[in-house]
Amino acid sequence: MDINDVRGILTAVIFFAFIGIWVWAWSSRRKKDFEASAALPLEEDTYITTITTNKRENI
Amino acid sequence: MDTAASYNDKVVRQFSIMVVIWGIVGMLVGVLIAAQLIWPQLNFDLPFLTYSRLRPLHTNAVIFAFGGSALFATSYYVVQRTCHVRLAFDKLAAFTFWGWQLIIVLAAVTLPLGITQSKEYAELEWPIDLLITVVWVAYAIVFFATIAKRRIKHIYVANWFYGAFIITVAVLHIFNNLAIPVTLTKSYSIYTGVVDAMMQWWYGHNAVGFFLTAGFLGMMYYFVPKQAGRPVYSYRLSVVHFWSLIAVYMWAGPHHLHYTSLPDWAQTLGMVFSIILLAPSWGGMINGMMTLSGAWHKLRSDPILKFMIVALSFYGMSTFEGPMMSIKTVNALSHYTNWTIGHVHSGALGWVAMMTIGSIYSLLPRLYNREGMYSTKLIDVHFWTSTIGVVLYAVSMWIAGVTEGLMWRAVNSDGTLTYSFVESLKAVEPYHYLRLLGGLIFFSGMIIMAYNVWKTVIAQKPADVAVMNPDDMSTDSKDGGDD
Repeated sequence: MDINDVRGILTAVIFFAFIGIWVWAWSSRRKKDFEASAALPLEEDTYITTITTNKRENI
Repeated sequence: MDTAASYNDKVVRQFSIMVVIWGIVGMLVGVLIAAQLIWPQLNFDLPFLTYSRLRPLHTNAVIFAFGGSALFATSYYVVQRTCHVRLAFDKLAAFTFWGWQLIIVLAAVTLPLGITQSKEYAELEWPIDLLITVVWVAYAIVFFATIAKRRIKHIYVANWFYGAFIITVAVLHIFNNLAIPVTLTKSYSIYTGVVDAMMQWWYGHNAVGFFLTAGFLGMMYYFVPKQAGRPVYSYRLSVVHFWSLIAVYMWAGPHHLHYTSLPDWAQTLGMVFSIILLAPSWGGMINGMMTLSGAWHKLRSDPILKFMIVALSFYGMSTFEGPMMSIKTVNALSHYTNWTIGHVHSGALGWVAMMTIGSIYSLLPRLYNREGMYSTKLIDVHFWTSTIGVVLYAVSMWIAGVTEGLMWRAVNSDGTLTYSFVESLKAVEPYHYLRLLGGLIFFSGMIIMAYNVWKTVIAQKPADVAVMNPDDMSTDSKDGGDD
């Protein structure tokens, strides 16, 4: 097997890995996890103050 | 109070403030060298004020001091918030801040003194390179140790981009800077000839791809949803975006060496991968933009969102322009002209700086326990100075570049050159004025930002933020930004 066979095989492997990532990302089993993750930036901070703990609103 | 119960926001605050300071310093040097291209006597015949020494100072300051501080600040903030844990190793995190500042100061001293490796964006000499390596390894330890102790199963997509940026920059920095020191201030690269050129642009283009793109995409994937009050348009697309972007960027470097002694197949490879890059780049841009779908009305009242959307627009434009310029026939016209400078600045000012500015405006009030910045009106003024400045800059450099390209290649029927070099210089002079004006307007916005940041920061003593309990995760995120 010469180097060009390796190159050909590698190209095919990477191609199928790329297709695999699409299939993985679009599978319905991921949906719930992804929704939970996508909500992470929307969480608001809770400040620790001596008097009150106030939640910050979106502006 | 138990420190593990609160986030480490001190280091985030420190880096955030330095973003503004280094932004002003770096852009001021840029304005000065733009003026020197019109009035060369502005170097006052002092060696340390010559264009050749200030130009690398400008690029290092805006990329690594301004952009770098923004990446440190936001990555430290985002990784804590999306992992629900305090940043790992307080002292090591503090070390990355002071170490990075020391590196910047050393750069600001050595570059004007003419101490340089003469590698673009890697000018700093070997002792500083070693210090960068140490600080960068500390950064990686802090970041990945925080990921490792996360209390959330999934690693949020922004952290993937930040993580790829940290690992790749480490690899690039170490291999491009391999050198044999001869004195404390002089070293020789271990690479020679065309191998040296290829290493340099493998580094140089991936500095663009990972420092100025992947890192800032991490910023985009957190702060655009945050500011818009909506989750990212498609989380699935963001996964595909990440893997395709990092897989393709690594191969685009040879397009900096078209029509050189680099083997032709390598040039073509670089061109092909650069064109492929359009797909993941635009996938990411569309994902960011569409996050606002159904909330476009917010653009009317929120200048921070305007910064982010215009940044994404410039990202889309320059990631179209870049692949186009990497096509060899287009490159034959554009290379070595001011078009390249225009392209770089529509990316650097339009995408990187505007995304940074928007994110800092979004972040700072949260760090100082305030409802918002001191003045929203001033953010709006800053938005317009930035937008007008970058448009003037990019347009003037496009016209100048195409003019130069066409004049340089024009030949008479007997094969002699139609124009001398000086004639092309004279032809682009008006555009140098226009570029300086654009740069000055963009710079003036940074001064407005500094004032706004100052008034925001002094008003209130910052409060600690409690680390979120994973059980508290609310799925019904409230959207209070409706009017």
